[in-house]
Amino acid sequence: MEVIRQDPADFRARGIRARDALRGDLEGADLEKYVEERVLTTTLDKALNWARGNAIFPATFGLACCAIEMMTLVAGHVDIARFGAEAFRGSPRQSDLMIISGRISIKMAPIVRRIYDQMLEPKWAIAMGACSSSMGVFNNYAIVPADKFMPVDVHVPGCPPRPEAVMHGILKLRQMIQDDPAMGWRDRYAARGTEEVVGDPAAFPTAVNVLRPEEADGA
Amino acid sequence: MPDATGLELLAGELRDADPDCVLDTLYFRDKARIAIAPDRARDVLQFLRGKGFTFLASVHGLDYYPEEPRLGVQYELLNMRDVDRITVTLRVPTDAPEVPSVTPDWPTANHQEREIFDMFGVVFTGHPDLRRILMPEDYEGHPQRRDFPVGGEPVLFTHQQAHGVDYTVGVDRIHPGSGTPS
Repeated sequence: MEVIRQDPADFRARGIRARDALRGDLEGADLEKYVEERVLTTTLDKALNWARGNAIFPATFGLACCAIEMMTLVAGHVDIARFGAEAFRGSPRQSDLMIISGRISIKMAPIVRRIYDQMLEPKWAIAMGACSSSMGVFNNYAIVPADKFMPVDVHVPGCPPRPEAVMHGILKLRQMIQDDPAMGWRDRYAARGTEEVVGDPAAFPTAVNVLRPEEADGA
Repeated sequence: MPDATGLELLAGELRDADPDCVLDTLYFRDKARIAIAPDRARDVLQFLRGKGFTFLASVHGLDYYPEEPRLGVQYELLNMRDVDRITVTLRVPTDAPEVPSVTPDWPTANHQEREIFDMFGVVFTGHPDLRRILMPEDYEGHPQRRDFPVGGEPVLFTHQQAHGVDYTVGVDRIHPGSGTPS
């Protein structure tokens, strides 16, 4: 995209031209030039990804000690609000990022996966800390890494990671969203169309998790 | 604490009530311990409650591998009037790990006995609701037994790679010479 630089001395002239444009007085070459200077064209996909990357809604969801560091993200020192990710949502239906902040026991894993399934597309997941990536110091019979049961976009190492590291992870995720790289990770994990849907299964032939209305417990 | 003499007196009274119930007494580092026959657990604890030990502080499970009988249950009793503590222990083999539950007498034992059942596989007969408490309901095995593999994921760290160390040892294979079964 070509950027047209304006001489500051032109500001007054531009102001007058803008008034003319609003009145409909500009015509011909003047109108062409005015539009060229002020309208930015892009594709809808790019604009959508730009907006999505700058307005991430994480789920209010803490698992273990890493959650304490995750809470620090929204505090004044790191202030993730600068990047539009400060609105932690209380319902998976309203959030599009799950920060898996801590160890996941094999008893907890189905619940975490269900919350992930309840999130609507587009959705992303960050595995925060050593435990949810490689099981860390709790590497034993009771714990399972997040990769085993759900797709993870960004791994943030640390025990626990500093809030700056998580912020870096969110910025990396923003870059991934805005670049929309065809990395194929979702297909590798068979993670397309896994949202939980309530309704008649016949109406959702491609969906994986379809609950009949009587099965839905309002979760 | 009952001192060594007090412990023997208590054990003597228990033997008078039931000649077979006390197997051993141990007074070690100011701590009194009575080893009892496993099927007398409820009676012994009720007897000690009558002696003033009215508070069951905790119930523990133990694995004495490779000694036999392997599994142990340990009751910590507290006499709150005299600030006395006494430990009651019993041992059961793994092929018949049955201990009478003390939950009807001491409601606090409910969850602790469930945890011992979950982690060590000790079956408490007479427990009102004996099922797993920490591990998933369909989990197989009792993970705190010493012959249970630690499990987990083998992780290859850089230092292991540099020194050619077998990084699966200790996770899905035992340490050579450690003596623990696989």
